[in-house]
Amino acid sequence: MSYILQILPSLLSGAQMTLSIFFWTIIVAIPLGILVGLGQTSRFKPLTWLLNFYVWLMRGTPLLLQLIFVFYGLPLLGIVFPRYDAALIAFILNYAAYFAEIFRGGLQAIPVGQYESAKVLRLSYGQTLRKIIIPQVVKIVLPSIGNEVINLIKDSSLVYVIGLGDLLRAGNVATARDVTLVPLVLVAVMYLLLTAVCTGVLRLLERHYSNWR
Amino acid sequence: MLEIKNLTKTYDGKLILDHVNLTIKDDEILTIVGPSGAGKSTLLRCISGLEKIDGGTFLLNGEPFDPAETKQSEAVIGVVFQDFQLFPNFTVLQNVTLAPTTVLHVSAADANREARDLLDRLNLNGKEDLYPYELSGGQKQRVAIVRALAMHPQILCYDEPTSALDPDLRQEVAKIILGLKQDGMTQIVVTHDMDFASAVADKMLRVEPV
Repeated sequence: MSYILQILPSLLSGAQMTLSIFFWTIIVAIPLGILVGLGQTSRFKPLTWLLNFYVWLMRGTPLLLQLIFVFYGLPLLGIVFPRYDAALIAFILNYAAYFAEIFRGGLQAIPVGQYESAKVLRLSYGQTLRKIIIPQVVKIVLPSIGNEVINLIKDSSLVYVIGLGDLLRAGNVATARDVTLVPLVLVAVMYLLLTAVCTGVLRLLERHYSNWR
Repeated sequence: MLEIKNLTKTYDGKLILDHVNLTIKDDEILTIVGPSGAGKSTLLRCISGLEKIDGGTFLLNGEPFDPAETKQSEAVIGVVFQDFQLFPNFTVLQNVTLAPTTVLHVSAADANREARDLLDRLNLNGKEDLYPYELSGGQKQRVAIVRALAMHPQILCYDEPTSALDPDLRQEVAKIILGLKQDGMTQIVVTHDMDFASAVADKMLRVEPV
């Protein structure tokens, strides 16, 4: 028990890094994903080509490679980011691509008639999206978004490769130093707690959207 | 009064409507009939501004007007779609008040009051707080009618109003349409149902495939 208390501070500070990567990625990548998803469904072909290429690139290469590329690769071109910023850039660009594909699917599931009935009621395109389309899309995509959100918590452990100290790294360091499994078990428990909280929040959101079909 | 002169519409180079002329007077019910593929629905979509026309003019009360480009505030044409297209994320009352409050900037209280009046008139009292999935087909259609009426259109259009309903509800729809005529609503009804068309029509336009 005293050993647990002894390593807890370093684990918690690692968890702080995990959470900060997690929250910033969610906060930026979801709106970005909505915009990219909208762009992918636009009738302006060059835009859809460009966005499809972006999604293909981000989903077609390992996130680990993208992290390494942004932090170790770009400096060779004279573009240098601090570790934390590099991690956020890679995570946001990567996750926005996954979110975009999910939102694209959701947007395409909405019947054209919904846009048309909004149009004859003289709602602007912006009002139509905000009041009618997005709420329906959100309801459709929530389970898939939930999957990505939970993946993100665990993927955030990849930041170790560019030398950031996250939860997993803190546990790993303690295990290597003290030759015991306890830190790794604790790390697993903390990941489980985080994903449990996320699952709970997602369930609440799904329930919020369950009073209409 | 709405006059349409020499309306022409092509789809992917295929001629759908060829110099269609029609006039609809105030308080009149015009039915547009004809076989499938004759362009009935396309004509209605042109009138309601959902399709850009390739030629022809619209005159509303003698003034030229473009249904596809009318300003937000000018709700000239209301449409009741074949499959109603209610907004599933809103209750019946919200479906009706959404456009008046967001487009016409009517206060929520006024919009609610008018919506309740209209809902009552179409026998939808008690349904205000239900969501569309909880309604029957006939109820959905009446909500769609109320939603269109709440924008005070000068002309109300129906696309195949009987096709998504049980046959015995046809009388009901005819009664509603004739009731609205009494209130001075100008209406255009696209249908392939000849009995229904002759039951409500003041004037019938036959569209044949080009």
